Amino acid sequence: MKKLMLGNESIARGAYEASVRVASAYPGTPSTEITENIAKFDEIYCEWSPNEKVALEVAIGASVAGARSICSMKHVGLNVAADPLFTVSYTGVNGGLVIMVADDPGMHSSQNEQDSRFYARASKVPMLEPSNSQECKDYVIEAFEISEKYDCPVIVRLSTRVAHSQSIVGIGERADLELKPYVKNPGKYVMMPAMAKLRHIEVEKRMAMLKDFAEETKLNRIEWGNKDIGVITSGISYQYAREAFGDVSYLKLGMVYPLPDKLISEFAGNVKTLYVIEELEPFFENQIRKLGIKVIGKELLPVIGEYSASLIKEKILGSTPEKPYDIDSKSPMRPPVMCPGCPHRGMFHVLKKLKLNVTGDIGCYTLGALSPTESIDTCVCMGASIGMAHGMEKARGREFGRKTVAILGDSTFIHSGITGLIDIVYNKGCSTVIILDNSITGMTGHQQNPTTGFTIKGEPTRQVNLELLARAVGIDRVRIADPFNMKEFEKVVAEEVQADEPSVIISQRPCALLKNVRYEGTQRINENCRKCRSCMKIGCPAIVDKGDRIEINSALCVGCKLCSTVCSFNAIEKAGEHNE
Amino acid sequence: MNDLNIMIVGVGGQGTLLASRILGNVAVMQGYDVKVSEVHGMSQRGGSVVTYVKMGDKVYSPIIEKNEADILLAFEKLEALRWIDYLKKGGTLVMNDQEINPMPVITGKAKYPEDITERLKNGGIDLQSIDALKIAEECGNIKAMNVVLIGLLAKSTGIEKKVWLKSIEGVIPAKLLEVNLKAFEAGYNSSLK
Repeated sequence: MKKLMLGNESIARGAYEASVRVASAYPGTPSTEITENIAKFDEIYCEWSPNEKVALEVAIGASVAGARSICSMKHVGLNVAADPLFTVSYTGVNGGLVIMVADDPGMHSSQNEQDSRFYARASKVPMLEPSNSQECKDYVIEAFEISEKYDCPVIVRLSTRVAHSQSIVGIGERADLELKPYVKNPGKYVMMPAMAKLRHIEVEKRMAMLKDFAEETKLNRIEWGNKDIGVITSGISYQYAREAFGDVSYLKLGMVYPLPDKLISEFAGNVKTLYVIEELEPFFENQIRKLGIKVIGKELLPVIGEYSASLIKEKILGSTPEKPYDIDSKSPMRPPVMCPGCPHRGMFHVLKKLKLNVTGDIGCYTLGALSPTESIDTCVCMGASIGMAHGMEKARGREFGRKTVAILGDSTFIHSGITGLIDIVYNKGCSTVIILDNSITGMTGHQQNPTTGFTIKGEPTRQVNLELLARAVGIDRVRIADPFNMKEFEKVVAEEVQADEPSVIISQRPCALLKNVRYEGTQRINENCRKCRSCMKIGCPAIVDKGDRIEINSALCVGCKLCSTVCSFNAIEKAGEHNE
Repeated sequence: MNDLNIMIVGVGGQGTLLASRILGNVAVMQGYDVKVSEVHGMSQRGGSVVTYVKMGDKVYSPIIEKNEADILLAFEKLEALRWIDYLKKGGTLVMNDQEINPMPVITGKAKYPEDITERLKNGGIDLQSIDALKIAEECGNIKAMNVVLIGLLAKSTGIEKKVWLKSIEGVIPAKLLEVNLKAFEAGYNSSLK
């Protein structure tokens, strides 16, 4: 049977067919749908872990216990999971272990553009890279074979355009593999110096064997065509190159680390001009140059952003696409915005009014940095808001701290905010931390997390109580406030930043996109309106300035009524039942 | 077959992903190779979103580039204008006659162009535009707006109607099927403005 599948869905299918028993992940675009799709298989235990480090540790445990396991994350998630990664490279596996990492060239939904291939080299772990959905499935299955044969974890790297493109996949059956026996083996699994020294020798032996494997595996293949041009490439860049160059010769690398030196030399020796087409860093290019092979790559192509067939045509073949129409298509930008009804909107209105310094974090609320809320001063990584607020106070003194708050989401707080909060308590800081509890993980598309009370499979479970958690680490001042009750919210924030001890404010209101969130009906603007534009300042995309009047777009309005609370003239009223 | 490149543009939250699923299914049923490239994550939040659907004997890159789209399906007028250079000469623009102000317009930093339809017509575009929101509302659910547009688009592709209906049945949940089939028919049979 053939089916149109997202790359991520196909990874899930591959895990299923490879007889995976345990899957773990922390959501992150563009990797999230891998684990969401794995969760649909009853045969696989599947979880959202609190963060990527824990997720990988869970998968390592499952592997050592004899199960095939898979752990998925986005590129920056691998930074969080790097600690276990570097050492599981030494211990090796029992049941096969595959780590999925999804890079985001072009930063569609990320804070940096790192190239995860360097992790393979740094941690001495083989890495595969598929170029379409069928390969996603095939490579995952092959990765488990490699993992068990060479006793190592295997990383499979995706990029956004592979993860989030659908193409046709042939569906197979699930392999019926038994759990491998659990055997205590401290020499292999207890990485203290005496044992680790011996394991490092095994790692180097394995990498030498994998280098030989790279020469023979069908993952790396030559497609001979016109030999005037040869192209070495992998992943999505292969697809762009095929479209740009047409019938030339290709060495498509399915295994991107370690590289097949002999195969590369053979290919290079048979073509006149050799190009390397790879998004982001010159990872292949530098290794190929080290072999003494002349190659053209980053001298023509950028290390920044995504590639495309037309970019390759322009930079290498010197051809630009014709402009088909003589139309002035200059358009105002349309940056992403917080949704109508978003609970964060009320909070940002207050923070802006109080003119606070705000250390921000990773989530929908990062959009608070944009106009018109313009409230967030920093965004670095998951959980950084808390440590940074503390650092700012220590650098500039208590008075500065009274004008500073950290904000981060519920899931982000659990991911790596809690450690920062402990730091503030331990080191006698006085920062105020606002946890945005919207009952779900928002930006990645509504995943459950330890604060929501449900597992990835929708089963009810114990819920982390944020208030008790904050109190338990030593925060005496914990307040709960509704961000849509802006008067009260403002009062709470003003009090807490003044307090000379650390405090936590839990800003509580569910995401407006949740199915159980039902506001009463759309709003409309009546004749009382004096065009003072107060309602425009909350930055709701449903409120429109029509020049002679302010209007509410009924197709967008969800009826949250935040706008009516900022209106001083009773000019905003209910317009009738919401059109569902 | 000849390659068919369809680009769907709109505003995050308008239902462009579902439209691309229906298109992708149609391609599979026709026995074509197909790639559908989507956008998830941050840019989905009310931002400008683009989905590419490419079908043919063999599809490599999932991305449609400038002057390559046979059909540009625009869920919103400003997005039609923004992406117009991706429509190939002689291609068809299927446009929803809806305006959604982007934040720079809302905050007064930019103006929403008032003459989009004229600009497109004067530029020699084969333009098919309907008020899909209104039609969907008449069918019983404004969210079926995307399927109204698919109905209008279906006519431009030369692919049989029954294939489209079957694709919709495969993608839309049963309880919403009736209103969506109605929306498809309404789009398919709509008289153009």
